[in-house]
Amino acid sequence: MIAAIEPSWYLILAALLFSIGASGLLIRRNPLIMFMCIELMLNAANLTFVALATKLGDINGQTAVFFVMVVAAAEVVVGLGIIVSILRRKPGATADDLAELKG
Amino acid sequence: MIDLVWLVPLFPLVGFLTILVGGRKLGEPKAGYLATAMVLLSFATAVAIYFDLLSRDSESRSEVVNIFSWVPVGDLQIDMAFLVDPLSSTMLLFVTGIGALIHLYSVGYMHGDPKFSKFFLYLNLFVLSMTLLVLGSNLLVTFLGWEGVGTCSYFLISFWQTKDANATAGKKAFVTNRVGDFGVMLAMFLAFGAVGSVDYAVINDSALAGTMTQATATGIAALLFVGAVGKSAQLPLYIWLPDAMAGPTPVSALIHAATMVTAGVFLMVRINPVLGAAADWVPMLIAWTGAITALFAATIALTQNDIKKVLAYSTVSQLGYMFLAVGTGAYVAAIFHMVTHAFFKALLFLGSGSVIHGMNDEQDMRKMGKLFKFMPITASTFIIGWLAIAGVPPFAGFWSKDEILLFALAESPALYIVGIVTAILTAFYMTRQVVMTFFGEQKWGSHANAEEAAHLEVDDAEAGAAPEPVTHGAHGEFKPHESPPTMLLPLVVLAGLSMVGGIIQLPSLGFIPKSMQHKLLDWLHPLVEFGEGPEERGIGEAVIKDTWAYDNKVLLIGIAVACAVIGIVGAYLVYEKKRMKPIEPELFANGWNYDRAISWFMGNPGRKGFQGVADFDSKVVDGAVNGVATLVRETSSQVRKGQTGYLRQYAGVIGIGVVLLLGWFVVIRGIL
Repeated sequence: MIAAIEPSWYLILAALLFSIGASGLLIRRNPLIMFMCIELMLNAANLTFVALATKLGDINGQTAVFFVMVVAAAEVVVGLGIIVSILRRKPGATADDLAELKG
Repeated sequence: MIDLVWLVPLFPLVGFLTILVGGRKLGEPKAGYLATAMVLLSFATAVAIYFDLLSRDSESRSEVVNIFSWVPVGDLQIDMAFLVDPLSSTMLLFVTGIGALIHLYSVGYMHGDPKFSKFFLYLNLFVLSMTLLVLGSNLLVTFLGWEGVGTCSYFLISFWQTKDANATAGKKAFVTNRVGDFGVMLAMFLAFGAVGSVDYAVINDSALAGTMTQATATGIAALLFVGAVGKSAQLPLYIWLPDAMAGPTPVSALIHAATMVTAGVFLMVRINPVLGAAADWVPMLIAWTGAITALFAATIALTQNDIKKVLAYSTVSQLGYMFLAVGTGAYVAAIFHMVTHAFFKALLFLGSGSVIHGMNDEQDMRKMGKLFKFMPITASTFIIGWLAIAGVPPFAGFWSKDEILLFALAESPALYIVGIVTAILTAFYMTRQVVMTFFGEQKWGSHANAEEAAHLEVDDAEAGAAPEPVTHGAHGEFKPHESPPTMLLPLVVLAGLSMVGGIIQLPSLGFIPKSMQHKLLDWLHPLVEFGEGPEERGIGEAVIKDTWAYDNKVLLIGIAVACAVIGIVGAYLVYEKKRMKPIEPELFANGWNYDRAISWFMGNPGRKGFQGVADFDSKVVDGAVNGVATLVRETSSQVRKGQTGYLRQYAGVIGIGVVLLLGWFVVIRGIL
């Protein structure tokens, strides 16, 4: 019999996923990869919500996840649009190439 | 009828706007007649208001007519409101009455001037401003008119602006008046700060009830007096008025003799309860300023050769008398002298304008003489004006000057002596002027055409028209001529008024019927009560009942007449009979070098001072403002370096920030 999965495991997993996403965002320069890292971080947060909602028996945590998903979807639409247009203008552009937008 | 008081300023406003829009199309002489008609309508309204007031009993003759709320800002509620009472009614009558006469005169005088309609534009604007000044029920409306008349004065002094001296004279008048206006503004601030209103009613009531502290009353009175000194050309700010003679002569008559310059006296009388509540030095200061100015200007007038400059200094001197009256509490006498002075000084100025007109713009009396033959009407009316100002009974000036001197003696013998010496000098210099202009030897003819005269003019500040008058085309053969009827009619009317003007305030002497005495006093009562404290307040001669002066009134009248005669005979002997060589000290001719001293002071230490202030502004004040801007720019250019544009860096900074925040919450605040 496999031991019951403790909620804290989910939290550890979420922390791991978040760290991977965060370091990926810092290290990688490909905009698409960076974008995926952001999604990873968002979903790590979602996982935390769900885990804690189960543990505390509070439905509010699960509700928040829906909001995060909706926001993430909207963000994907806008973000992908920007990335596609950047890549069209400059094929193979990296995030660092966008430093020219600085003030 | 009183509710229609807004018609008084409305008519000149309509005239102003009409000429503004269609002046050039109206042209000469229609624009002039239109302007005259408008002022005449104002006068008719003023007369109707006068009779309306007259039909009421004396306690209910004061009424405020609210036109609209002008400045409604929190506690500061100022209405565009007109105060109709005997004082403003008196002022309105003579402002619009004399104004109408001078408008009519100007139609003749300005004949042929290329800026004919513009002249009447300014004149109507002036009458509008002056009526606002007089009617205002609070200091701000009065101030609006105050500034309006100042502006018109500026426009009209430099009316022939192509000549440098005229433009300079206009600027001088404007700048000097600003000094006084400053005082009026401060007085308004003080009044609002102390009693919460700039309404005359509120200020005066508070002064009468004793709720206004003596310090406040002193401040308001002194500051308004500063304004009055500027507007009414008293020492030390009188310097602009003699130069103001650069304007066309009707302007000198209307603005710089009859109406505008009396605004300061009017203002002082308007706030007379505040003067009563102020510290004693304020009325004394006013009386002495007036007395010294009167004497000072009279000495200068003794030696002037420009026909208008004599009258200008004479005006300064007579205004000094009015302030002497105000300072000694003789408010009725001040208003009385203001009215009679308006009659005879307007007459004298218009007469001099007629002479200048007839002499082809010659203003130097040394080139006149024997003009009586050529200008009989001008000369006769001028002589009536001369008798009136010299204080010969029964002409108007005699009565008003006598009443002022009576009050001066009741206050202090020193003031009386200054006043009586001035009276002798007045009679002297006016006789000198009359003799030099209308009698004596004929001194014109050799070089009396306008062009040559303009070249010979030494002091070109007062020379007349820059554009050559169209009517006086013929040079060569020259003969002085009498002026057209439009100019003579006002002269005759004013001469009549100068003769009988004294009737409005005859003194209480045995042979004068009781019902004829002190008409003006009864009329202005109770606006001009005088005295300290509610119990001691009285009006007119009741205040000085117990003095030596009052008991010896007849003797004083005798002295006054004797002084007038001494002055006249003296000047007659010197200038007509040539019994004595004229004593005309250089010092007097140069106006005691006062003007020069001011020029020197302003040119040297003054200029350095102003330069210092300008430097302070450009270095310290601007430096502080620019320094702040530089500081921000430098700081931000350093901060901007942090913005590299590298997303990774931003994300890293955000990450580190989040970790630090979390650390702070967990470790320091102990949450979790």
